[in-house]
Amino acid sequence: MEKAVVSSSETAAPPAFLRREAVPLLLFALLLVVPFVARFFAESYLLSLFMRVMIFAIAALSLDLILGYGALVSFGHAAFLGFGAYAVGILAAHGITEATLQLPLALLSSAVFALVTGALSLRTKGVYFIMITLAFGQMAFFLAVSLAAYGGDDGMTLPGRSRLFGLPLLEDDRALYALIFLALGGCYLLSRSLVISRFGRVIRGARENPQRMAAIGFPLFRYQLTMYVIAGTMCGLAGFLFANQTGFVSPAYMTWQRSGELIVMVVLGGLGSLHGAILGAAAFLLLEEWLPDFTEHWKMIFGPFLVLVVLFARGGLLGALRRIGGRG
Amino acid sequence: MSLTLLYVQTLNGLQLGVLLFLIAAGLTLVFGVMDFINLAHGVQYMVGAYLAAMFTALTGSFFLGLILALATALAFGLVLEFLVFRHLYSRDHLDQVLATFGIILFLNQAVKLIWGAAPLSVPIPEALTGSVKLMDGLLYPIYRLAIIGSGLAIAVLLGILVSRTRIGMLVRAGATNAAMVSALGVDIGKLFMIVFGFGAMLAGFAGAMVAPVLSVEPGMGDNLLILTFVVIVIGGIGSVRGAFIAAILVGLVDTLGRSFGPALLAAVMNPSAASQAGRALAPMLIYILMAAVLFFRPAGLFPVRK
Repeated sequence: MEKAVVSSSETAAPPAFLRREAVPLLLFALLLVVPFVARFFAESYLLSLFMRVMIFAIAALSLDLILGYGALVSFGHAAFLGFGAYAVGILAAHGITEATLQLPLALLSSAVFALVTGALSLRTKGVYFIMITLAFGQMAFFLAVSLAAYGGDDGMTLPGRSRLFGLPLLEDDRALYALIFLALGGCYLLSRSLVISRFGRVIRGARENPQRMAAIGFPLFRYQLTMYVIAGTMCGLAGFLFANQTGFVSPAYMTWQRSGELIVMVVLGGLGSLHGAILGAAAFLLLEEWLPDFTEHWKMIFGPFLVLVVLFARGGLLGALRRIGGRG
Repeated sequence: MSLTLLYVQTLNGLQLGVLLFLIAAGLTLVFGVMDFINLAHGVQYMVGAYLAAMFTALTGSFFLGLILALATALAFGLVLEFLVFRHLYSRDHLDQVLATFGIILFLNQAVKLIWGAAPLSVPIPEALTGSVKLMDGLLYPIYRLAIIGSGLAIAVLLGILVSRTRIGMLVRAGATNAAMVSALGVDIGKLFMIVFGFGAMLAGFAGAMVAPVLSVEPGMGDNLLILTFVVIVIGGIGSVRGAFIAAILVGLVDTLGRSFGPALLAAVMNPSAASQAGRALAPMLIYILMAAVLFFRPAGLFPVRK
């Protein structure tokens, strides 16, 4: 009798791979379908909305690498979004619209900023780390505000999207959508392989017990700094894409509220699971987009929603999904 | 002339400093005693300002309005503590950041719903209007002096409360080791509630005091909140004395840096480059100060010994 029950449940259950990967597969499948479905509705609106979702998913994903896996709460992560965006804007202002030049600058400037600020920030722990990353984020913000030649406070409108090998390939929304989709997929796969690598296990070990990891002989500072630079660079990529999607660059991309929103996305989706960050970014942006349709005072619904998620849905939306899904 | 400007700006910096201290005192205690990151502390300042505006308009008297606003701010803080915050003390910092971020969104929108999105203005009370001549060519508004004076008075009172009374002793002990205080038979839940309510009231007081000189509007606490965090981190989390010194320091550095930074830079480089660099550097000064303090003293200027 008992044996029969076990075997029937085995045959009924989907293969282990599908069950384990159901959420990320579903997320990417939905994002893949959007441009095909969008053709029948308000195409440009839906495309730009989901491009924004994917761009912030990349940013949240990069934050999850240090926040979820390293327990390094960076409160200045939006600065990298700004570095990536301003690389596009500043080069465009000087007539350089070539993506193969803009993108390396976006990544390089983000990486250098991450290297310098990370090296200083990682000397501190816990709450002080939160605050010092906030300080660097604010410095980047005020730097952008003071760039009078590049729009200062108001920001600047880009002449057009980046050109690829001199061709206006990205002017088409669907082409840009495809590029962002590929970027998100690439970042996701890269992050997955990072966190399961030996390097990623050292980072996770440092999260659980830094003393023990240091005692075993790992130079944690170097490992954490490397992860911090990777995360910053990845967020710089999101900034590059964001500037192209909006056609606009401004200091508003790097306010502390934006950094806070990125943290909210990661925690909302489910900390330290990568696809949780994608889910969180999607949930955050879609609620922000659609709740105002019901009431002008949508933040009075959204605010308490966040509080309720914290109080009752441990592990964020992913944790809630897991519980609804039962044991699996 | 420029010396007069220096005095005026020093007084302005002092005013910002005491304002920051009033908000930071509650935040540093909540943070130090309960290990609780309360991003919503800034909206309590905003709520204080709105309450003062409402009660002043209702009663026609600023002082009566102030007292009613304080009482309501205290009650409001206690209600928030009871409904939300006490469930978060044992959670990790990230959960606290997320939940209090939600409360910011809610309250910023709620004041818009109740009082409208347009800024409110509160008249300066009759008795404190006008300016006083401090020296030749230096007139300073009486009300701003009153803000500085009341802030300093509260600082002294709070200092005595924390260092000389039994409840202050418990608070200090709680900041050092809350678990041990609880094990010694102190009702730590009640202590938390008192600290929290008191902190909310101080933030509300700060909001009410500046309501006549600033515009009362939604989101007015958001940027001040970040400055307050800078203050408590520089001062050392949990230290009221550290918060006071850091608040005055931040107030002066920020105000003087913005008004004299470009001029000082102009002495060493050409004027247009100086004004460009000055605009960039002045708002950054306090963050550079904080990063430098944390670099050399990773637990702030007056760390609470754990």
